[in-house]
Amino acid sequence: MSTGTPMGGAGESQARADELLEEVTKPSRLHGLSEWWNHFPRLGQWAFLLIAVAAAFALPLVNIPLLTTEPGNDWPLACAEMARYALVAVGLNVVVGQAGLLDLGYVGFFAVGAYVAALWTSPDSNLVHIPYLLTLPLAAMVTVVFGVLLGIPTLRLRGDYLAIVTLGFGEIIRLLATIIPALRGQQGFQEVGHPPGTNAEGNPIFSNSAGAPWYWLTITVIILVMIALGNLERSRVGRNWIALREDEDAAEIMGVPTFRFKLWAFGIGAALGGSAGAIAAGQIGFVNNQRFDVQMSVLFLVAVVLGGQGNKFGAILGGAIVAYIPLRFTAIAEYKYLIFGAVLVILMIFRPQGLFGKRPHLLTFERRAHKRIANLADAPSPAAKETGQ
Amino acid sequence: MDQWISLDWDALGANFWSATVDGLTFGGIYALVALGYTLVYGVLNLINFAHSEVFIVGAYAVVFTLSSLGFGPSVPNLAWYAIAANLLLALVFGMLAAAITAFIVERVAYKPLRAKGAPRLVFLISAIGMSFVIQYLIFLWRGPNPEPTVIMFENKAIFDVGGTLIYFDSILIVSAAVIMMIVVDQFIRRSKLGRGIRAVAQDPDTATLMGVNRERIIVSTFIIGGLLAGVAALFYVMKVPSGVLYLGGFLLGVKAFTAAVLGGIGNVRGALVGGLLLGLIGNYGQILLGSAQWNDVVCFVVLIAVLMVRPEGILGSNLGKVRA
Repeated sequence: MSTGTPMGGAGESQARADELLEEVTKPSRLHGLSEWWNHFPRLGQWAFLLIAVAAAFALPLVNIPLLTTEPGNDWPLACAEMARYALVAVGLNVVVGQAGLLDLGYVGFFAVGAYVAALWTSPDSNLVHIPYLLTLPLAAMVTVVFGVLLGIPTLRLRGDYLAIVTLGFGEIIRLLATIIPALRGQQGFQEVGHPPGTNAEGNPIFSNSAGAPWYWLTITVIILVMIALGNLERSRVGRNWIALREDEDAAEIMGVPTFRFKLWAFGIGAALGGSAGAIAAGQIGFVNNQRFDVQMSVLFLVAVVLGGQGNKFGAILGGAIVAYIPLRFTAIAEYKYLIFGAVLVILMIFRPQGLFGKRPHLLTFERRAHKRIANLADAPSPAAKETGQ
Repeated sequence: MDQWISLDWDALGANFWSATVDGLTFGGIYALVALGYTLVYGVLNLINFAHSEVFIVGAYAVVFTLSSLGFGPSVPNLAWYAIAANLLLALVFGMLAAAITAFIVERVAYKPLRAKGAPRLVFLISAIGMSFVIQYLIFLWRGPNPEPTVIMFENKAIFDVGGTLIYFDSILIVSAAVIMMIVVDQFIRRSKLGRGIRAVAQDPDTATLMGVNRERIIVSTFIIGGLLAGVAALFYVMKVPSGVLYLGGFLLGVKAFTAAVLGGIGNVRGALVGGLLLGLIGNYGQILLGSAQWNDVVCFVVLIAVLMVRPEGILGSNLGKVRA
C-alpha cells in the first residue's frame, strides 16, 4: 500500500486520521487480498468458498508433483496430519488469537482428548467401550471440564504469568499420565478405536495406514467448527474477545465481563484441542505418555503465530505448514524444532502479525464511515484510493 | 482402578531431616537461577523465558571443562587444592558461557523488539522461540542422551546431626548460595550499576531522563543473571552429575521461576527465600507421595496456588522499591 501519496486538499487532522487508520488495520502485502475479498459480492464469496471446500476435499486424491510428500511420506497420511494440526491451530487461535490469552499448555487438552478416546475404545482399558465416533463429543466435553477447571483459578492472571501457569498445567497432565497406573504410562493403549465401515476387501475404511478417510473426517470437523466460530466471532462473544484482547482494562471498565469471556475462549479452545486429540488417537491407534510435551505446545503456538493470531483461515494455513514442512523436507525434519523456534523469533521481530493479520471485522465499520467522510470531503486520501482498487 | 496416590507419612517421618538437607541444597540452586528471572523481571517487567537455556549452556560448559581436565565418572585422584583450582576454572567457564548466552538472548530476542515498542506477548513468544533454538542446537550437537557423568570430589559426610549425615556438597551449595545472595543484594543496594538497575526498575522513563543509560542497564542485568546461572550450573552438575541434557534446563527453569514467584518476583531476597522454600516443599512432596515425578507436580501446583492466593509472593516488594 502506498502511504506516501500526497494528501491533496485534506487537512492535517485528516492526514493523522489516515495514519491512525493505516496503523490499526495494519496493511500488509496480503492486505490487497482481503480487500479484494471484502469487495466480492456475497454470492460470489459463497461460490468461491464452495470451490475451495471441494478442492480441500480432493486434496489427498490429487498428488501434485512438487507439493507431494512422497516418496518419503504417504501423501494422504500427510494430509491427515496437516488437517489435524490445522484443527488444533483453529482451536488455539480462539484462545491466543481471539482472546489474547497465551496458552502454553494446550497440548494438555490434546492429551486429554487422546486419552478419552483411548480409555473408552481400546481393549487395553477396562472401562465401558463405546463407539469411536461418540468419543469425539465426549472428548470435547471432558476437555471443556478440564479447560474450565484450569481456567477458573488461573484466568485472573495475565500475559506471561498465564503462559507459565498453563505450561505447568500441560506438564502436570503429562506427568500424571506417567504416574497414574490406569493411564499405563509408556506402555500406553493399543488399538484405539476408529469409525465403523469396511471396504470391499473387508478391511476397515478408517485404518491406521489410510490417511484420506481420516483427513476427510478432520476437515469435516474443521468446516463445522469454522461455521460455528464465524457466527461466534460476529456475535457479542466475538466482540468481547476482541475487546479484551486489545485492552483488558478498558474492556472491563466498559462493562465486558472479561473473566467470563476468557473462560468461554478457554473452554471452546479446549474442546477443539480435545477433539483433535481424539482424532489423532484414532488415526495413530496408539496413545502413550511420550508425545504430549511442551515442544508440541510450542509447535501449536508456532502454527497460530505463523498464520496470524486472530485469523482463523491463517490458523488453518499455519497448522498445515507446520505439519507439512517436516513431512515434505524429510532431510530437515530433524531440524524442525530448531527451524520453528527461529521462525518464532524472526516473525516476532519482523512480522508479529503473522502471514495474515487479524481480521479487522470491527474496523470495517469505521473504515466505511471514514471512506464516506473522505468522499464527502472530496479529498483523494489513501482510503479513498483503496476504494478504487 | 489401582491406587495411584497415597500419602506415606511414615516415609516422610523417617527421612524428614535428610529430605530437609537435600531440599535446602536444591533450593540453593533454584535460588541462584531464580535471581536471573527476578532481575530481568524487575527491570523489564518480562519473564525471560530463555533463562533456563542460559543455565543449561552453563552446565554444558562446566561439564566440558571438567571432562577435558580429566574428570570422569570416578572420584578424581588429586589433592584438594588441585580439585578446588579445577572447579574454579570450570566455574569461570560456566559463568562465562552462561553470561554470553544471556547476552545473545538479549540481543536477538529482546533488543529489536524493545526498539519497536512491541507488546509484551510478542517478547514472550520470541523468547520461547529463542529457548527452542538454543535447546535444539544443543540437541543436534550432542544428541538425545545426557552427558557422561562427572564426579567432582569425594563427597564426605561432615556433620552427623542426630543421625542425619550432612555432606560436604550440601554445606558448600547452601552457604555459597546465601553468600552470593548477600553479594548481589549489596551490589544492587550500594553500587552505581545497582542504583541504575533500581532506577530503571522503578521508572524507566524518568531514569533515562536522569542520565541512566537504560540499554546498558538492561544488558548488565541479563549478564548478571547469566553469571549467577553459571554458578548454579556448577552446583547442579555437582549435585546431579549425570543430569546434563539438552532438555534439562526446562524443568529447572520452571522450578526456579516458581521459586522467584513464591518469594516475590522482582525481589532479590525473595529469590533466596522462595528457592529454599520450594526446594523443601518439592522434596517433602516427593517423599510423601513416593516418586521423583511428584516433585515436579508439587512444584507446578505450588506455582498455581501461589499465583492464585498471593501473586506478589512472600516478600512482595519490587526491585524498584528497594531503598539503599
